[in-house]
Amino acid sequence: MNMQSQAPLLSVQNLVKNFELRASKGLRKSKRIVQAVSDVSFNVSTGKTLGIVGESGSGKTTVGRSILQLITPTSGRIFFDGQDLTELSFEELRVVRRQMQIVFQDPFASLDPKMTVGTSISEPLVVQGISGDHQDRVAELLDLVGLAPDHARRFPHEFSGGQRQRVGIARALALDPKLIVLDEPVSALDVSIQAGVVNLFGDLQKRLGMSFVFIAHDLSVVRHIADDVAVMYLGKIVEIGNKNAVYNNPSHPYTKALLSAVPLPDPKVERLRHRIMLEGDVPSPVNPPTGCRFRTRCWKATELCAQTEPELVARATGQQSACHFPE
Amino acid sequence: MAESVLSIRDLRVTFQTQMGELCAVRGVDVDIAAGEILGVVGESGSGKSVSFLAAMGLLPATATVTGSVMLDGVELIGAKKKLVRSIRGRLMSMVFQDPLSALNPVHRVGDQIVEMIQSHQKIDETKAFARAVELLEIVGIPQPDERAKQYPHEFSGGMRQRVVIAMAIANNPKVLIADEPTTALDVTVQAQILEVIQRVQQSFGTAVVLITHDLGVIARVADSVNVMYAGRNVESGSVQDLFDHPSHPYTRGLLSSLPQEGIERLIPIAGFPPNMLAPPPGCGFAPRCPHVIQSCNASLPSLVPFEGLMTSCIRADELRIGGLRS
Repeated sequence: MNMQSQAPLLSVQNLVKNFELRASKGLRKSKRIVQAVSDVSFNVSTGKTLGIVGESGSGKTTVGRSILQLITPTSGRIFFDGQDLTELSFEELRVVRRQMQIVFQDPFASLDPKMTVGTSISEPLVVQGISGDHQDRVAELLDLVGLAPDHARRFPHEFSGGQRQRVGIARALALDPKLIVLDEPVSALDVSIQAGVVNLFGDLQKRLGMSFVFIAHDLSVVRHIADDVAVMYLGKIVEIGNKNAVYNNPSHPYTKALLSAVPLPDPKVERLRHRIMLEGDVPSPVNPPTGCRFRTRCWKATELCAQTEPELVARATGQQSACHFPE
Repeated sequence: MAESVLSIRDLRVTFQTQMGELCAVRGVDVDIAAGEILGVVGESGSGKSVSFLAAMGLLPATATVTGSVMLDGVELIGAKKKLVRSIRGRLMSMVFQDPLSALNPVHRVGDQIVEMIQSHQKIDETKAFARAVELLEIVGIPQPDERAKQYPHEFSGGMRQRVVIAMAIANNPKVLIADEPTTALDVTVQAQILEVIQRVQQSFGTAVVLITHDLGVIARVADSVNVMYAGRNVESGSVQDLFDHPSHPYTRGLLSSLPQEGIERLIPIAGFPPNMLAPPPGCGFAPRCPHVIQSCNASLPSLVPFEGLMTSCIRADELRIGGLRS
């Protein structure tokens, strides 16, 4: 969002990712294109957190993976520290990847069950060819994420879900990255455990000054942790800006509906609240609606919305939103 | 208090495992009246699902269930299988988290609802099908007569959950147990499904047990709440009282773990839930509780009345921990 100030650490520009679906109907093979991400742009500054929220199929995970080039974008540019990642060779990418890491939702799936936690955490150091004894570094990393140094000798199954996620975070921190993409990092955890991991992210950022892209469907967690928020719907950013602007004065009808759908843990508030009930489900990204992609569920939609796709426009409240009839 | 349609007393469930006896539920009482929504909240492994699977007679043979489950005056624990089967789906039915696994992929949804109706009522095919269409309409499925002829894969996740609810209410049950019915759904779809559940409760006077880990969902729709931890009810009461002035440190801990507007730092609960192969002798929450004293570990505390709630915290009166606003 700080387009004018100093160069952002990460700048995603016009990112597009299409997936080909090979569906066969009878004997005939047909090719269909899933437009997972369509023309998404945003910046993340050093030491800041961008939250990406959206429902399933909104493309938020695809954006996260495209940032690290874990999937190759169909088009668009991704500048990291001034370098366009989409133009780098595999070898060049490997060097840059030292600076950027990812933490996934399921900490059990992302740790090798046959490897001690210490070996898992030191693996990035080995892969990147950093020589020497890694034991001290592993102990330091475990301490950083709130685990004990002697945990290094244990195996993933000996840990609880929250602890495993901490191991995953320790591994992501091993190379001192400037950016970590956190893809639903707390959604598999019980709330009482989740709170500790959320606090950990805040502490790490304060201490180490790295940037986060925090992808989640839980709007309350994102509000807590992010500086800026991007709201995605069907592969597009419909609203982006400072979290207070977006949460306090949502400009796009979808953001408004999404916020009003989140149940708040307060019965008095819940029972008095006006809720916007969206009709139906998210349309298929294979055949998204013309014009504004949200129009099929929007109570404000007119003929204009079907014909012309709205662009992201800066609003008086500070954020940008893509709507012909903003709030 | 109105008379309970479902009344559970001292329910205990143990599983025989290779590592020993696992005590999943350790003496749970539940009362729910017609037209009431009871929220049952707890974290994974708290025994919230197992309690109601036991009430439905749906646990595997490795489980030992004791206690009493009275549905409309009929005892279900120890009852003949035939009786339990005739009650399940008629007087009491259940909706699960994943609607796809609750539906048969090779049968049309209308036929599946017809099967549900005909297994409990003597009614001819045409009438049963008309009823199925009517049910689909009740749960808010557009063009129900056409949709009834479609297969589960032709429905979206939210629509499938509506079909499952239609099936569950097909025989006008007195009790509907919904086990994390919206957990797999997006938040805008969750709002729709919660509305359907409320509509069912209001129009048919169905008693609804809503099992969830989400305190927000409880705050939105429940009338009363049971908070479960380590196989026990640790606190219960009306939704207003419980959120306004929780008396149990675990309930308070859950509430302070949640990110809320204007809260700078979350307060997690230290440690993790106990191993149910060897549960603590006293209060299950004692090992994680910031207010623990020696007598907490002495014996299993039972629920006692405290300020409109039922609490199992022996220090409730002395601590008066209160809600987030206090």
